[in-house]
Order: sequence, then C-alpha cells, then structure tokens
Amino acid sequence: MVLRRLLYALALACALLAPVQPAIAQADTASLIQALGEAKNYTELEQAVDALAATGDSAAVPALEALSAGALYTKKLGGAVLIGVERGADLALTDPLTGESAGTEPAGGYERIRVNNRLRRALRGAIGALTLLSPKPDVRQAAAEAVYKNRDAGALEILEEALAKESVASVRVAMIEAKAAIQLAGEADDATKLAALEIIEKRGGRESLALLGQVSANASPAVAEAAQAAVKKIQAELQWWAILQNITYGISLGSVLLLAAIGLAITFGVMGVINMAHGEMVMIGAYTTFMVQEVIRTSFPALFDVSILIALPLAFLVAGAVGVAIERGIIRFLYGRPLETLLATWGLSLILQQAVRTIFGPTNREVGNPSWMSGAFDIGQISLTYGRLWIVVFGLIVFAALMLMLRRTPLGLQMRAVTQNRRMAASMGIRTPWVDAMTFGLGSGVAGLAGVALSQIDNVSPNLGQGYIIDSFMIVIFGGVGNLWGTLVGAFTLGVVNKFLEPYAGAVLGKIFVLVFIILFIQVRPRGLFALKGRAVEQ
Amino acid sequence: MKGGFLLRGLDRGGLIFLAIVLGVGILVPALNLLVPPGNPFHVPGYAVSLVGKYLCFALLALSIDLVWGYCGILSLGHGAFFALGGYAMGMYLMRQIGARGVYANPELPDFMVFLNWKELPWYWYGFDQFWFAAIMVIAVPGALAFLLGWFAFRSRVTGVYLSIITQAMTFALLLAFFRNDMGFGGNNGLTDFKDILGYPVQAAGTRATLFFASALALALGFLLCRAIIRSKLGKVLIAIRDAESRTRFLGYRVEHYKLFVFTLSACMAGVAGALYVPQVGIINPSEFSPAQSIEMVIWVAVGGRGTLIGPVIGAILVNFGKTYFTAAIPDFWLFALGGLFIAVTLFLPKGIVGAVTDWTKRYRKTPSRPDPVAPKPAE
Repeated sequence: MVLRRLLYALALACALLAPVQPAIAQADTASLIQALGEAKNYTELEQAVDALAATGDSAAVPALEALSAGALYTKKLGGAVLIGVERGADLALTDPLTGESAGTEPAGGYERIRVNNRLRRALRGAIGALTLLSPKPDVRQAAAEAVYKNRDAGALEILEEALAKESVASVRVAMIEAKAAIQLAGEADDATKLAALEIIEKRGGRESLALLGQVSANASPAVAEAAQAAVKKIQAELQWWAILQNITYGISLGSVLLLAAIGLAITFGVMGVINMAHGEMVMIGAYTTFMVQEVIRTSFPALFDVSILIALPLAFLVAGAVGVAIERGIIRFLYGRPLETLLATWGLSLILQQAVRTIFGPTNREVGNPSWMSGAFDIGQISLTYGRLWIVVFGLIVFAALMLMLRRTPLGLQMRAVTQNRRMAASMGIRTPWVDAMTFGLGSGVAGLAGVALSQIDNVSPNLGQGYIIDSFMIVIFGGVGNLWGTLVGAFTLGVVNKFLEPYAGAVLGKIFVLVFIILFIQVRPRGLFALKGRAVEQ
Repeated sequence: MKGGFLLRGLDRGGLIFLAIVLGVGILVPALNLLVPPGNPFHVPGYAVSLVGKYLCFALLALSIDLVWGYCGILSLGHGAFFALGGYAMGMYLMRQIGARGVYANPELPDFMVFLNWKELPWYWYGFDQFWFAAIMVIAVPGALAFLLGWFAFRSRVTGVYLSIITQAMTFALLLAFFRNDMGFGGNNGLTDFKDILGYPVQAAGTRATLFFASALALALGFLLCRAIIRSKLGKVLIAIRDAESRTRFLGYRVEHYKLFVFTLSACMAGVAGALYVPQVGIINPSEFSPAQSIEMVIWVAVGGRGTLIGPVIGAILVNFGKTYFTAAIPDFWLFALGGLFIAVTLFLPKGIVGAVTDWTKRYRKTPSRPDPVAPKPAE
C-alpha cells in the first residue's frame, strides 16, 4: 500500500512538472471513481473510497464531495459514474474528473449512490487527506484546519506524510496542530498527549476549547488535569480577544457613525442649520452608487472593481448640488429661525424619500462589493472584513480632508469667518450668501460620500438615511457643536460603548442605554464634550 | 371658583368655538344613533370613530401649541406622552378582557401567556380598576415630562437642543416598547379590546359616548389653555418665549414656569391618547416613532401656533387630508405632507388662523398689533 501511495505521490509530482504524465494518474483515478459505482454495499463503497484516498490525487476530490452530498450517480446502462444536479425530472450531468458537462438526461436512467453517516465520516477524512497533499498551499492550509476540526484518526498517516514534505511555515503549524488534535482525541500514551496539549494550548481559540472539553472526559488523571489548566488559560486569553473584538466592532461602528455625522457637524455644528434631510443626502449618495454600478454592469463590466471610486466624486457632486439647491431654495429664507428650519427640512426629507421610492421602487437595491472590499481576514482570534476596514480608513481620510479644508484653504477660512462673525466678514468683502451655499453644499456632499460607504454595508432603500439621522444629531451634540474633533471622539466613543453594552444588554437595550446616557449627559454639559469657548459661544 | 377661573375672559370667538365643539360632540352621535341608516343625514359608525380620532388629535395639537406657541418649547416628543396615555388606557382595556382572550387566562393578557409568563408584572397591578388607569393616564406622561423638564430646563437646554433631546426620548421609548420583554405586547401592542366600564367597546352607544367625551375633553382643554394664557402666568410664558434671558433677569424663575407648562401639556397629551385608544381599538409602539411626533407639530404650524383655535383646525384639516389622500392617491400623500411642511414654514409662518387674522385686520384698516409669533430669539 505504502509503496503504491508513494508511487502515486510521485506521479502527482510528475503531473506538476510534465503535462503528459497526468493521463496515467488520471486514468487510474478514473477507474477508481468508476469503482465507486460498482460497489454493492456500504463496506465495499468504503473500501473504494479508501482506495481513492490512497491515490493522493486531488482530482478525485470533486467526486468524493459529490458522493458526500448525495449528488453522485451511476448510469443504469453501462454503469458510468457522473455528478448530477437535479433539474426537475432531469439531471444536469458533469464528468467527475474533468468537470466537463455531460449533457442533461432524464433522472430515470440513473441511480444515486447512497451513503450513510459512517461513510460520510470516512469521506470527510478522505477529502481532507487528498487536499492535504494538494500543490496549492492555501488548499493544504484549509485541509489541515478541516482535519483539526473533525479530528479523524484515519487522516493521521497522510497528515504525517504531508507534514514531512511541507515547506510553508504557516501550513506546517496548522498541520502540527491538526496532528496534535488527532493525538489528543484518539488513542495515545500520556506523554504524547501532554505534548499535544501544549501545542493546542498555544493555539488557543474556541475550537481548541471544545476539543479540550472532550479530552478531560476520557483521559488519565494527569492529562485531564493538564487539559483543565489549559482550558482555563485559553478562556482567559479568549476573554481578552473578546474585548479586542468588541473594540474593533466598536471602531467599525464608530467609523460608520462618523461618516454619517461629519457632514452634519458642518451644517449643524459650523453653520448652525438643522438639516433633518441630512439622512436623505446619505441616501442620495447610496443611490448614486447604485446608478453608477448599473451603468457599469450594463456597459463596462470590466470597470466593476473601480465602480466605488467612480461613484465617490459623483456622489459628492450630486449630493452637494442638491444641498446647494436646498440652501438657496429653502434654508436661506429661514436663517435665525432654527425651529422652522427643522420643520421645513423634515418636510423636504419626506419629499426626497417619496421621490426615490417613486423612481427606484420601495424595495432594497443591490449594490455589489468590489473584489478588494469583499472577504475577511483574521488577526489572532479577531475576524475583520475588508469592507469594514476600508470604511474605517475612508472615514478617517474624509475627516482629515475636511479638517485640512477648513484650516488650510481660502474657502475654509471664509467659512470660519462667516460663522464667527457674519457682519464683520461681510464688511471685509466676503460674499456671505455664497459661502453659506458652499458650506451647506460641502456638508451635503460629505453626506453623499457617506452614502457610498454605507451602500457597501447597509440596505440601499429609501429609508436608509432615516436610520442614521437621530444618531448623527446625538453624536454632534455629544461631541460639542462646532467642533469636528468632538464629532470624531463622539462617534468612536458611542460606537465602542454601544458594542460593549450589546453582549450584556442586547442590541436594542444597549441602544436605549446610550440614548438615555446622552440625554443625561447633555444636562450636565449642555454644550457637549468639547464645548467651544470664548466669543463663539455668545452667538 | 374653579369654573370662574376656567371661564374668565372668554370672548366671542372662544364662545363660538366652544359652541361648535360641543355642538359637534352632541350632533354627530345623535345623527348616528337616532337617524335610520337610509336617511341622508345619517352618520355612519366608522365616521363617528374617525371624527372622534380627529378630536383626540386636536386635543393633542392644543397641548403642543401650549408649549410651542406660547412658551417657545418645540417638543418633538409629544407623541411619546400621547402614546403613554394610550398605553395606560390600553392596559386597563386589556385587563377588562379577562378570560375572554384566546388563551382564556383570567389574569394574564394573551401575549403574556404566549410568552410563557406565569404572573402579572408588578407594573400591571391596579390597571383592572378604571380610576387607577385614569390616574395613570395623567400621571405617567406627567411624571416623564416633569423628569425630563426638570433636568433639561434646570441646565438651560433650550431651542433645537431640547427638540432633539425630546426626539431622542421618544426614539428610546419606541425601541423599548418594541421589546417583548417590556411586557407591553411588543411589536403588536395592545389590541382586541372588549369592554370599557362594562360596556362593549364596539357598540354604537359606547362609541357615541366616547365621541362626546372627546369633544368634552377638547372643550375643557381649550378652556384650560385659554385661562392659563389670559392669566399672569400666561403673560410670563409669552415673555419667556420672546426673550428668555430678559425674563430671567427680571426675576422670574424661568425653569419653574417652563416645567409647569411642559408637564401640564404632557398630561393633556396623555388624556388625548387615552381617549384615542378605545376609539381606534389598538395601541402599538409605532405611536412612539419620531416621525409621528414631528407630524403632530405640523398640525399646529398649519393651523397657526400662538392661537388656540389654530391647532384644532390644523389637526382636523391635516388628518382629514391624510385620510382622504392615503386612500385616494397613496403615493401623493408624502409629497403633500412634505410640501406642507415647507410651504407653511416659508409662506405661512403664522398658520391659517394667523393669516386670516392678518388679512381681516388689513381689510378693516385697523393698525396692526405687534406680531403674536416671535420673529426671532431676542438674545
């Protein structure tokens, strides 16, 4: 057996080097797959599966996976083994080895190869073993992790073989851990088990906890004791990771809140205009993203990955233009009457929502993630998605850009002058109405940018903006009106606090606590966390 | 003496208004009960409930006007007081169902049985008595308003900040009442009422009585507000609205006045909610939604804030429009409502009543008195 396996491993190695050789290896794999269909009972089938696993040919994996899923069929005439997907009364057939389509035929002519639970376990091990020898490191890594999870003792032999050949460090670690897991779960002497325990303890994580829980049930006292100590240590470690995870979730939520609130920090904080239609500016940004993706999907599919980058300036311009129109059309008549501004902009938000609902329909619209924003990665026990990470980065970039704009550009200077002393600024020759319009446009444009980001993580629907408006106001007031730094600190504080409350109080109750906290906080510091001092207060 | 306080300073306009409200309060139920269905003067049963609902909204609008129009406090959370009053009444009505519920539990309402609760939560005790529920209808919104006002007015949270805080308050309550664990029926709220004071809620006679009670409550609310505004207290309130700091410097404890009028207004809103629930037959958390509360403010703005008749007219007109348009052209309603918000604030800052008064004044060529609505904060 061993000799034969080595032979096949050799054949596999050759297959990588020479394009002619695979024919031989595949021919044998093909005949072994054929044997799956000829098995008369579960025992024979299991033998056939073991034989396939012994080849070490990862080309057999699709067939084994199909068998495990109950999608492997034999033709009643001739006995050909094929993968079938049910299409009504027909089967869409593919060749298990080459993956080529073999047409669609009536299901009546085929018989499904049945499997039982025992066989499924064998299959899992076999698939794990085959992928362990795959030439691709990430496939091997995934396989090692799969073995770690199911701890199939049958995979030990192949695991050791793979381990001997392994050259990639991270995959090697995964394999060592998988081996330790098998040793711990299976039959081994105490010394081996204790050594394995150490490896598992070093790995940590939730699965290790489950594994160690099983070990202490059926092991010698020494091992059980060591296992329990390891469990304690891992649990303590996990607690730290949980805190870290909460912080990362909190920062992620905080960045979303920051994006939603920062435009408001300009219109409300700097200008003192209550814009209840701010959430609708966010929504307009999200729908702009949707439109851009629609055009790209129909006309330039190749550009899909940069659709977000195209949408960003467009959303800024669209939302900014709507903002300027609102300022010129409505708000400028209401300066000095904040309560009326509140009502008028609320009315506007109703109109904008209904308009979008009429044009795009009331249902959620699909906005896709570009490839560089999808997927996730792990740091220790923390799992982060790229989308969330990009939104954090994006939020900080927008914040920095706004700060720069307000501090370093002529327009920013004029904006600050007008908000600090309108009449003096006008006397100095600043066109205050123009600055008002530009400031409002800027705040709305930033809301549009937020909409692009939110379209990646939230439902793009006419109600998108409404969910953020109260939170945004809370953050701006909490941080201190007229202070962008306050908004930054406020957004991240509330984000993190919210995520820390969630595990104890649940999402809804946590949110209620935060709202009540802010209501009480404003009583203590009516001007927020970072109150403006000096003359600005007097206005 | 109490009657003397309420009736003092009742002018011709006020008397006409009272006569109309009470006249409608008697006429509509009478036309419903006494005139046979075939007769063109017959008022169908659903119309009685509908107009009864409008009367409750009118009382609510009146309570908002008292704080906004006369004291300058724009509350975006009056829906919460309204809903709390409604829930207090709803809890009484739930207890009256008794063993007639789906699960036939004599003690627990259906939703509690469904949630597998074994006994009544403590805050449901006493709601089987009407007098207790009636006190709670006033006490719970009043207490919440007192608490919020106590904190807010003492630390001089004013203007937009107060509006946003009240909005956050109603939002927090919305989230809280959506929770099943709160013991208020969660998402579905309280419904399926059977009896009120031993009479079936659905019966025509009960409906007529509730309608009359709503009209009476509106009339009493009107008289109360009018008496307050005509008193010295009312003058101070208007002074606070127009120049808060100046009033404070003159030696008035501004926060006490504000707290009093805010609490009173919340109690009125609670009564409106309590009358609303048996006529509509359901109370659920959506009444707490911030959008609902802002919509209430627009009733007042449309009718004319700073007048007492205005909010009543506004509430009835806007809600009639809502009933009509949401049935006839549903998509149009939000455009109309949004447009109303913008048009009223831009072109009709004093509302319909204010505009009509201005117009008649100009027509009679009398020198116009100073603007009743504060054009801008004086500080």
